[in-house]
Amino acid sequence: MTLYILCFILFLVGVYGVLTRRNLIKIVISLTIMEFSVFLMLVLVGYISGGLAPIVVHPEGSDISVVDPLPQTLVLTAAVIAVATNSMVLALAIRLYKKYGTFDIRKINELKG
Amino acid sequence: MEGMSIIVKKIVQLISALIFVFGMYSAIHGHINPGGGFAGGVLLSGAFILLIIAYGLDYFKLKQQTEATSIFESLSILIALLIAFSGLFAGSLYFFNNYFPAGTPGSLISGGLIPIYNVLIGVKVAATLSTIFFALIIYKEEIRR
Amino acid sequence: MEEWIIILFFVIPLFGAFVMPLTYLFSPESPKLITPVITLILLMLSLYSVICQPEQIAYSIGGWKPVDNVPIAIYLVYDGLSGFMLVIINLVAFFSSVYAIKYMEEYTGQKYFYVLMCLMIAGMNGVVLSGDLFNLFVFTEISAKSSYALVAFGVKKDELEASFKYQVLGGMASLIILFGIAMIYWQTQTLNMADISYMLQNAENNIFPVFVQLIFITGFGVKAALIPFHAWLPDAHSSAPSPISAMLSGVLIKTLGVYVIMRLYLSVFQLNESVSIVLLALGGLSMIIGVLLAFGAWDLKRLLAYSSISHIGYIITGLGIGMIMLSRGENHLAATLAFTGSLFHIANHAVFKGLLFLNAGAIEYAANTRDMKQMGGLAKFMPVTLTSSFSASMSISGMPPFSGFFSKLIIILAAVISGFYFIAGLAVIAGIITLSYFMKFQKYAFYNKPSGKSPVKEVPGLMRFSMISLAVLCLLMSVLILPGIRDGFLNPAVNTLMETTEYASKILGR
Repeated sequence: MTLYILCFILFLVGVYGVLTRRNLIKIVISLTIMEFSVFLMLVLVGYISGGLAPIVVHPEGSDISVVDPLPQTLVLTAAVIAVATNSMVLALAIRLYKKYGTFDIRKINELKG
Repeated sequence: MEGMSIIVKKIVQLISALIFVFGMYSAIHGHINPGGGFAGGVLLSGAFILLIIAYGLDYFKLKQQTEATSIFESLSILIALLIAFSGLFAGSLYFFNNYFPAGTPGSLISGGLIPIYNVLIGVKVAATLSTIFFALIIYKEEIRR
Repeated sequence: MEEWIIILFFVIPLFGAFVMPLTYLFSPESPKLITPVITLILLMLSLYSVICQPEQIAYSIGGWKPVDNVPIAIYLVYDGLSGFMLVIINLVAFFSSVYAIKYMEEYTGQKYFYVLMCLMIAGMNGVVLSGDLFNLFVFTEISAKSSYALVAFGVKKDELEASFKYQVLGGMASLIILFGIAMIYWQTQTLNMADISYMLQNAENNIFPVFVQLIFITGFGVKAALIPFHAWLPDAHSSAPSPISAMLSGVLIKTLGVYVIMRLYLSVFQLNESVSIVLLALGGLSMIIGVLLAFGAWDLKRLLAYSSISHIGYIITGLGIGMIMLSRGENHLAATLAFTGSLFHIANHAVFKGLLFLNAGAIEYAANTRDMKQMGGLAKFMPVTLTSSFSASMSISGMPPFSGFFSKLIIILAAVISGFYFIAGLAVIAGIITLSYFMKFQKYAFYNKPSGKSPVKEVPGLMRFSMISLAVLCLLMSVLILPGIRDGFLNPAVNTLMETTEYASKILGR
């Protein structure tokens, strides 16, 4: 249970970072922290104690316990998506830096939404 | 971006070849070992990125490289899509139908079509990550000039 | 209908998206041809499936059979609601892609525009068809990521800023959704929606699903831009290129937000009255605050974006009323009415908001401004834009022969029958304010005295084609509510929502 609570604390650290930091790059880093806390949580949820990696190398009928591959594939896919997010956001941050000459979001305020 | 010193260049030459081989191993053995297409692809693109960082931008003609990588990216995913679609015509009308013989579990030639998908994913991921890296670095160089 | 046809809904746009970078090498004009053809094929396919397939299909990818009655394959599920959403998505996508051919000519890097648009369509079609939470999440992310890139497509200052804001909020929403999915997996050990539904029916812990539902309201509420989570929408939707604004406002927020909420809360989770009341409150709040925000806007596209918030509010209100009535189990007529109104409003809003964004794009294309104070006197020069935007404005503000009137009327009727007089009053007030600010748009854009600039030209033919077709649809959509025609298109979707537990039992066969 401690591990789950630690994951949740990590998630909150990320949320705190996104909400309070003023630097674009630091916001991206906080978003990444949030991402990894959720991935950790998923892997923890899917783990069975003593389970092996879910690869079929043993002939059928042998009695071994493997962990469920579903959360692991989900984490892998979500990690790929996280790569896409991070590269997109960083590319935007570089573009914004070129337009405004700063990474400070207080100075990047053309829009008021 | 300029290249680094001769020591770095020589060591990177050695190491990146090893990383490249390990990436290929990881992608090909994805169905029997931990690893697989994505991890293998990341390793492959890591080898290229290491070389570029050590040798500098001007050594490689990066604009042409970007076009080549984006063609590889599209081609690999198209082939994967076609193979997945071909499952419809192989008997049972199922998308992603694994119609190759399964082979013996644990050996390299097993798992039907899964190793082929793994290799294609490896190519795709390597090409994509290289494209992202090239795009970011070329743009950054343009800002500097 | 052959079962395997439903995979074409995302295979064709994916194929198109990845074949275009290759054909571009041989002919730079080819993406302009390929995208409308793809969307036309998809539109035909979706109409064909709605006509030929009133029943539910569960298609397992890879052909894996259930083991001990536990489904292990990835399921694609087509039913009335999916067919309904597919028609709307592909309709708006087709007209936007035809419109984009001329509109996008002033932008650089056009091939990426078409690639991203195809990816977005593939993602939305996939969301509507997927039968497990894993694929739902992945397809959500595909369409969301391509929409982030499309919002920033013009790479001007405000577009980049809007896209950054959209991405940070959208990324947080995705993570909250993923967190909810992790919680569901923890409880049920499965991600198949039918199986989750079955497990939750037999679960003893009642507080857990409510917790997950609240998490999902936050996550999908950001995607749907309900009012406390709406901060990204006015910026993102007003900064994107106009055909993309039409897609974003017309279908993306409905597919990623409203459709998923409908599917999860009615077919997968147990109905719960307190959660339904939360949804109803959020819907009512969005309805009235969105209208008030739109009333003060002078930027045309920003006005339309705020108005999207209020119309999502209408849809969620109808959904909330229906869910409350169903969970009380007393008044099935009111629930049916509420769901009908809600779904009908989804269709109508997709058509008229898409059309209004295309009109805004036409005005921007011709007169080169988005500020309503600088327009004026355009009626003489742009008759097609004038007529089509008049049709859309009348429809969105609920004038009787147009389609918007009927959907709003049904939602208000449902609220009155169920006894939510306050919500009904709010809906009427919101409708009146909507009428007033669309009158403002008509007056300032078309009838004020000209701003003294050189006369503007009407937009090219392909753009006119999209606008005229959608304007005619605005009028024709009212036919959908007539009894005979209703059975073909609206009723299967409403029945899917009403038969809450049928979804799982049909797939699992128990």
